[in-house]
Amino acid sequence: MTEILRMKGVVKSFSGVEVLHGVDLSLNEGEVLALVGENGAGKSTLMKILMGIEQPDSGEIFLNGVKTIIPGPAHALALGIAMIHQELNPVPEMTVAENIFLGREVNRFGFVSRREQERLTEAWLQKLRLRIPPATRMRDLSISQTQMVEIAKALSLNSKILIMDEPTSAITQQEVNDLFHIITMLRDEGIGIIYISHKLDELFQISDRVQVLRDGNVINVTPTKETSRRAMVRDMVGRELSTIYPTCDSQLGEVLLEVRDLTRYGEFESVSFSLRAGEKLGIAGLMGAGRTELVSTIFGERQPDRGEIHVKDKVFAPRHPNDAIRQKIALVPEDRKLMGLNLIMTVGDNITMCVDRRESRFGLLNIKKNKEMVEEMVGSLAIKVHSYSQNVENLSGGNQQKVVLAKWLLTNPDILLFDEPTRGIDVGAKAEIFELINSLVMQQKAVIMISSEMPELVGMSTRVLVMCEGRLIGELSGADITQENIMALASPLQ
Amino acid sequence: MQIDKRAEGFPYRMHLMSLRSAEFWKKTGIFWALVILVIIMALSQPAFLTQQNLINILKQASITGILAVGMTLVLLSGGIDLSVGSVLAVACMAAAFMTTADRGYPVIVAFIAGLSVGALFGIINGVGIAYIGFAPFIMTLATLSAARGLALVSTNNKPIFNLTREFVAVSNSQFLGLPSLIYYFAATALIAYILTRFTVFGKWIYAVGGNENAAKFSGINVKRVKVIIYGIAGALSGLTGVLMASRITSGNPTVGEAYELDAIAACVIGGISMSGGSGSIIGTVLGVLILGVISNGFDILGISSNYQRIMKGIVILLAVYIDIRARSAKKTI
Repeated sequence: MTEILRMKGVVKSFSGVEVLHGVDLSLNEGEVLALVGENGAGKSTLMKILMGIEQPDSGEIFLNGVKTIIPGPAHALALGIAMIHQELNPVPEMTVAENIFLGREVNRFGFVSRREQERLTEAWLQKLRLRIPPATRMRDLSISQTQMVEIAKALSLNSKILIMDEPTSAITQQEVNDLFHIITMLRDEGIGIIYISHKLDELFQISDRVQVLRDGNVINVTPTKETSRRAMVRDMVGRELSTIYPTCDSQLGEVLLEVRDLTRYGEFESVSFSLRAGEKLGIAGLMGAGRTELVSTIFGERQPDRGEIHVKDKVFAPRHPNDAIRQKIALVPEDRKLMGLNLIMTVGDNITMCVDRRESRFGLLNIKKNKEMVEEMVGSLAIKVHSYSQNVENLSGGNQQKVVLAKWLLTNPDILLFDEPTRGIDVGAKAEIFELINSLVMQQKAVIMISSEMPELVGMSTRVLVMCEGRLIGELSGADITQENIMALASPLQ
Repeated sequence: MQIDKRAEGFPYRMHLMSLRSAEFWKKTGIFWALVILVIIMALSQPAFLTQQNLINILKQASITGILAVGMTLVLLSGGIDLSVGSVLAVACMAAAFMTTADRGYPVIVAFIAGLSVGALFGIINGVGIAYIGFAPFIMTLATLSAARGLALVSTNNKPIFNLTREFVAVSNSQFLGLPSLIYYFAATALIAYILTRFTVFGKWIYAVGGNENAAKFSGINVKRVKVIIYGIAGALSGLTGVLMASRITSGNPTVGEAYELDAIAACVIGGISMSGGSGSIIGTVLGVLILGVISNGFDILGISSNYQRIMKGIVILLAVYIDIRARSAKKTI
């Protein structure tokens, strides 16, 4: 077996936070290497470096033993490295053949030779045993077919290394079988495949070796035959729970929120649960499990197809987030830049956004009161700003998130929905946010926290609901809240 | 380096103290551009700096100015309104229709008719954009065409003459030595300034334009806000239609053609971001004045209006270029 790729000591930081601490990776000819790890473990950053999308701060890449620098994606393709992304983005109005030859059209004197292109395409598709006419438009293909066309494109580029990011996340079982068939075939032809997936069971079916990443470090590399699902999960999540999760013994009070049979077709189905005052309810699940959609529905950002929401024993059918705010519900959204903040507005204006109307008189802003509230929040949350009239876009992630929290705390909510409250912020700010959540439940507020970081859920939650593919499939409490249990429930069986 | 466009219009005294010099020049750049322009004109053309000429500039700029104020609100919310010139024409016809000598309704009826027609078109724009989901450019382009057509068919292309003397006096009288049109512009700009700086609704305009999603998640009824903004812009177009009818002493269905371009140009020169969420009414007023001074200067020099158009094009690009430079400088730090 010859080694076709070696990455050595790859280090990468984003805005001062090191996300890869010297990662090694090696791939042989004719091998499927499974790359696993939690969200944020560094898998995608590592692959972006291999594809030339990001440049490493230090570390080396060897292709067939030759040290190589990959300055951009076009170079990666030219060097025989191709990636099938989780979210495919073909040009929907173009044909299969046009997509495969996009940017390198077969031409004669500048005119595209469509027939020649389609003939070549047909040959590649046949190699993959696909029966798609090359003149079909991409928008008429299923996800699985689109994926196959991407693979055909990679082959036509003479790729020797193929990266597949969660290729089975959106296709049916039969299509998965077909895909595995093709992967095996490519492997036997000597192509090296890096296979990224959260579905641990399928790794045993398809991979030769498994490499586990955690927090930007390589934890373990073993032949798949010599490991087990249990061992893999332990490697992925098995860090010591650090002290960043402060303890807190809040008393559980009355039920503040109850959800019955809540359904939005295609997003989540028949979700029922209740939430008490003083409770920290964690919601676990993989990306696309329907968690964000669920809390957005409770917040009135979208309306359910079926089911009921009860707030303090009264039916609550919000038409708009404003209805939720009136019922003293707050949502700290998943993506603060897209949904949480107006980046080109000042710190002060963002913080008072939800209470401007409450404090106004005859429609006029209560500038004095607003200033007092901003001062109070900036002080109590220790938000680091030069001035209140500074635009929030220039703040760090942690301080931006605190501005979002400040905005919602001013509405004096009883029920707080936190969607990935610590995404992209440093450990110090994380700990402060956890402290804040604890102080809220001590005041008999109710908290729901969605997180993709398992230790966070384990460290913080009084109870954890696990969602998988839009359904609530388990509930853990007390000593049962472990990363292994959450992972076992959250991973689709296939 | 950050630029808080909203702070631009804030009482300068407060800001002068807290601003470092580079920031100060950027924030007040448009103002100094106007000052320099006025100095150049004054030195080269003795006729420029006469009281009569300055008053004339303001008078000429008033109608564009009112349209630009409405346009500012729309641009701040992240939209655009191409229909203002055509809506002006419809309102012009409506006002004239009410005040012909033989009908002779009081002046207030002309205002009510013009403003309601304008507001109606604005609300139609707003509903189409916010609730149906047409792109603002498309929706208001359609209204631009349809409203103009409506103005033309209302009298079968014929102007309406013979308006009451009271109505003609609306735009052609003086108050304290200044033409009345200037007061209409000043009042509109002042109210819009208060609206954008000191009211909750004004803040919502910036919130919607800066990040529509975040605005919705903060409990702001984004759709309703948009409809109201387009309604206000429409009503202001209606107001200019009434003033125009009085000024030209007739209802003419072809007036106001391409006025939307002047209004947009004034906003752009005044630093209103075309992507929404930043800029101020003071900037727009300065933009209106810059455009007014330029075209007045060309008039004095006896240069044809064709050259003025070329010049206007260059000024717009120059203003936006400076803005782009300021933004990219900010990003690289």
